[in-house]
Amino acid sequence: MSHVIARLLLGTAIAVTTVSAAAAQDKNVKIGVLTDLSGIYADLAGPGSTLAAQMAVEDSGLKAKGWTIDVISGDHQHKPDIGANLARQWFDREKMDMITDVPNSGVALAVNNVVKEKNGVYINSGGGTSDLTNAQCTPNTIHWTYDTYDLAYGTGTALTKAGGDSWFFLTADYAFGSALERDTTNALTAAGGKVTGSVKHPLNTSDFSSFLLQAQSSGAKVIGLANAGGDTSTTIKQAAEFGISKGQKLAALLLFITDVKSIGLDLAQGLSFTETFYWDLNDGTRAFSKRYAERSKGSAPPTMVQAGVYSGTLHYLKALEAMGGNPHDGAKVVAKMKEMPTDDPLFGKGSIQPNGRKIHPSYLFEVKKPSESKAPWDYYKLVATIPADQAFTPLDKSTCSLLKK
Amino acid sequence: MSINLQALSAQLLVGLINGSFYALLSLGLAVIFGMLNIINFAHGALYMMGAFVAYFLLNLAGIGYWPALFLAPIIVGIFGMILERTMLQWIANLDHLYGLLLTFGLALIIQGVFQNYFGSSGLPYAIPDALKGGVNLGFMFLPIYRGWVVIFSLIVCIATWFLIERTRLGAYLRAATENPTLVRAFGINVPLMITLTYGLGVGLAALAGVLSAPINQVRPLMGADLIIVVFAVVVIGGMGSIMGSVITGFALGIVEGLTKYFYPEASNTVVFVLMVLVLLVKPSGLTGRTT
Amino acid sequence: MTTITDNSIPAQTRGTKDEMIAFVIMTALLVAVPFSGLYPFFVMQALCFALFACAFNLLIGYGGLLSFGHAMFMGTAGYVTAHMAKVGTIGFKLPLIGEFMINMGPLSPELSIVFGLIAALVLSVVTGLIAIRRQGIYFAMITLALSQLIFFLYLQTPFTHGEDGIQGIPQGMLFGLFDLSQPITLYYVIMVGFLLGFLIIFRTINSPFGEVLKAIRENEPRAVSLGYKTDQYKLLAFILSGVLAGFAGSLKVFVAQNASLTDVHWTMSGEVVLITLVGGLATLYGPVVGAFVIIAMQQYLAGFGQWVTVIQGVIFVVCVLTFRRGIVGEIAHLFKRSL
Repeated sequence: MSHVIARLLLGTAIAVTTVSAAAAQDKNVKIGVLTDLSGIYADLAGPGSTLAAQMAVEDSGLKAKGWTIDVISGDHQHKPDIGANLARQWFDREKMDMITDVPNSGVALAVNNVVKEKNGVYINSGGGTSDLTNAQCTPNTIHWTYDTYDLAYGTGTALTKAGGDSWFFLTADYAFGSALERDTTNALTAAGGKVTGSVKHPLNTSDFSSFLLQAQSSGAKVIGLANAGGDTSTTIKQAAEFGISKGQKLAALLLFITDVKSIGLDLAQGLSFTETFYWDLNDGTRAFSKRYAERSKGSAPPTMVQAGVYSGTLHYLKALEAMGGNPHDGAKVVAKMKEMPTDDPLFGKGSIQPNGRKIHPSYLFEVKKPSESKAPWDYYKLVATIPADQAFTPLDKSTCSLLKK
Repeated sequence: MSINLQALSAQLLVGLINGSFYALLSLGLAVIFGMLNIINFAHGALYMMGAFVAYFLLNLAGIGYWPALFLAPIIVGIFGMILERTMLQWIANLDHLYGLLLTFGLALIIQGVFQNYFGSSGLPYAIPDALKGGVNLGFMFLPIYRGWVVIFSLIVCIATWFLIERTRLGAYLRAATENPTLVRAFGINVPLMITLTYGLGVGLAALAGVLSAPINQVRPLMGADLIIVVFAVVVIGGMGSIMGSVITGFALGIVEGLTKYFYPEASNTVVFVLMVLVLLVKPSGLTGRTT
Repeated sequence: MTTITDNSIPAQTRGTKDEMIAFVIMTALLVAVPFSGLYPFFVMQALCFALFACAFNLLIGYGGLLSFGHAMFMGTAGYVTAHMAKVGTIGFKLPLIGEFMINMGPLSPELSIVFGLIAALVLSVVTGLIAIRRQGIYFAMITLALSQLIFFLYLQTPFTHGEDGIQGIPQGMLFGLFDLSQPITLYYVIMVGFLLGFLIIFRTINSPFGEVLKAIRENEPRAVSLGYKTDQYKLLAFILSGVLAGFAGSLKVFVAQNASLTDVHWTMSGEVVLITLVGGLATLYGPVVGAFVIIAMQQYLAGFGQWVTVIQGVIFVVCVLTFRRGIVGEIAHLFKRSL
């Protein structure tokens, strides 16, 4: 650990000297929001992420201090090769400095490699794979908002402690689904719960009835949904149809506020899941969300992913300001970002670990009943808070190669 | 694995529900193919449109499920007839593959436009009040709505079969398929019949869309993957007969249900594996004539 | 009835000569790319898709078989090449006997490509035997269904890493001599690979085998009555097309440095149909032109999100309704030449 800090300090020392020696005047920054402008994540990231990045630039006040900061956005269309190509072009032709957002784990990992190769800065908010701070970690990447470990751990631990101590899993049959199931299982068994069974379903299934029937007959108290996106919404909807939500508790391991909106409170009520941000959490989040909603499509408050883009971009710009200029050496900027503590109204005080993991508290929410919801987007009840130091993968379990040296 | 009879019957019944959608969709494909010799790649997109029209009717005009069950197929059917009149008609004399390519393009356009305006995540559509809840059959809890889907689809399939195989209009249709020139000589407006047939096939797809709206999320891509499965169903059953495609549809739903019980990992692929087996044993399909 | 391949003009010596001249021009242009200021990454990508489309066109243009599942070959070879270059293990399970694992460590680019080609070969033999049992529309539906089956398999098998794909593939040293991480070297290697594949197709079309294929396409019963075993010819064409599509996929791995489900999804199969249709079905150079047009379009329209799909759909419709010869087909028709 002390080695790491020493290395980081050394890195910064070099950074500072080069800055003062070389182009101290260079205050041009380009930020690329690589996101999903049209697909399934367009509502939870998409144009809203671009808005969040722009608001971060405005709030940083750097423009008034002589910086030129451009924010552009691009659509990865959920294809790793298109995302990686776009990122590569941005570096080669647009002289991009920082890429942010990137919902969709496959694209996120592809971009991760490109950013390292081009020595840029990558602040991931939308991608969930915890590989970014483990096997695939790089000195150029910070994983900001959430990851699969965090969500699985939060839901698995908190729900088990609240009495839901027997689980049945509906797992999407691919790597992502089994990773979610594995992480949740570890968390819930550590908390004293047990798994009574699980069934794997193919990705993008339109009919979950037979899997739900198996979950129903298992008699488990909690049905864990180790899937994502459309699969999760469909499962929740059909679970209501089969009357499951009356006897058993549904826990979604990856769910966003936009999903809750699309399912509707009627069917989603009582559902539990973990997020790291909710617009109605405290005065700070409410104030920001109000400003954000004035400019967003459909006056929607920011999602966790969009909030993460804002928070990450803001911290990035703070680091640049501290460096005084010359933002083009990505690894140096990231080192600076890791060195500075993070603080903003959205995620509170936090820090960035040497493996690139940004840590902050996570929250277990439950979806309100329709009768409890007083306003549009008034969806969540806070059930439990998982403190920052417990929410994410413990450093000694991280397989990131940056930690070994 | 010990076989639990109760669970097995539950899965069989659930399979029958999916079979209803396969049957309705492959029936529509077969009707269109019989008359136009076109494989309608846009079928999945039009199925999706049916669900969306039901959603619009409810949210923009306050028209509920029951009227939508009739209105949506008519609206989408008219849309289909416009497509036929403005585009498909012009390639009627070309290689059939052009029809496939054209309808593939149409599918991309329709799905893309809906994705632009409605994103990819689903829109909610509630089950009609009269069909809410469920009955306990002893071996399973059957949501009433699902039972309704099976029964209603069966009725529609049989009615369509009756229309085509047992009525005068159906006789004209079948005759026009065999020999359009001759039928035209009898003073029957063949192009009009073709347009109406396409409308009927498309309407069946839209009807399936409305039926599925309360079960699945109403999403722009809800038909995109389904159509590929239905293609496999059609290859297995052959498109020689109306009844053949209906029976194959229901049967494959049941087979899929069984797979979900015995080996859930393969439930997405079982239809394709069956297709391969059928092709190896009987290349023309179970009920098909030779190509 | 107009067939889908009405571009093809019966082979004449003059036609072949035109094609040779066009080949020299194309080669010269490609050699000059790194000095032109064009973004080489874009050209490399377009070349991979061009080879993919040429392979597809061999089947539809000269065999009359419309495959709607060609992405499975490109994707399979891509996955295997990527896996071999990055990990290099082959593991398989035999019932009753046990599991086997051969670990060769990360392989050199050329060996990885060879494994990719073998995988595409095996897949095209198996799928070919099934698919050629039906013609026309059924053939299209069967290939589509088979590719969906393959898609689901890759979604579930561990070595593809599901939705994450295989990432960060090392480019390595080709034949121990050429460092593929150098953009210029990589470009020329991809270019040579493309030209090699293109020449194989060129030779095939103008060989006696190609002539028989065309005969089958025009009138299968007659070809049968002349004593040709048409199924064998079609199968061979299918395999050749599949392997070459695989070659395109293997090359693409070293350009994109990743292999993902995109390359085996049906949308990719649709894209190669579009590329060929725009460029000109059954023309030699059509797929190449089409690839550059469509890839450029995707690049410039990337900001429009889903409208790209809509625009592709519109191009499909417009091409089928009014522009069935495609770009190269129209030019060839105008000058009454074969290109």
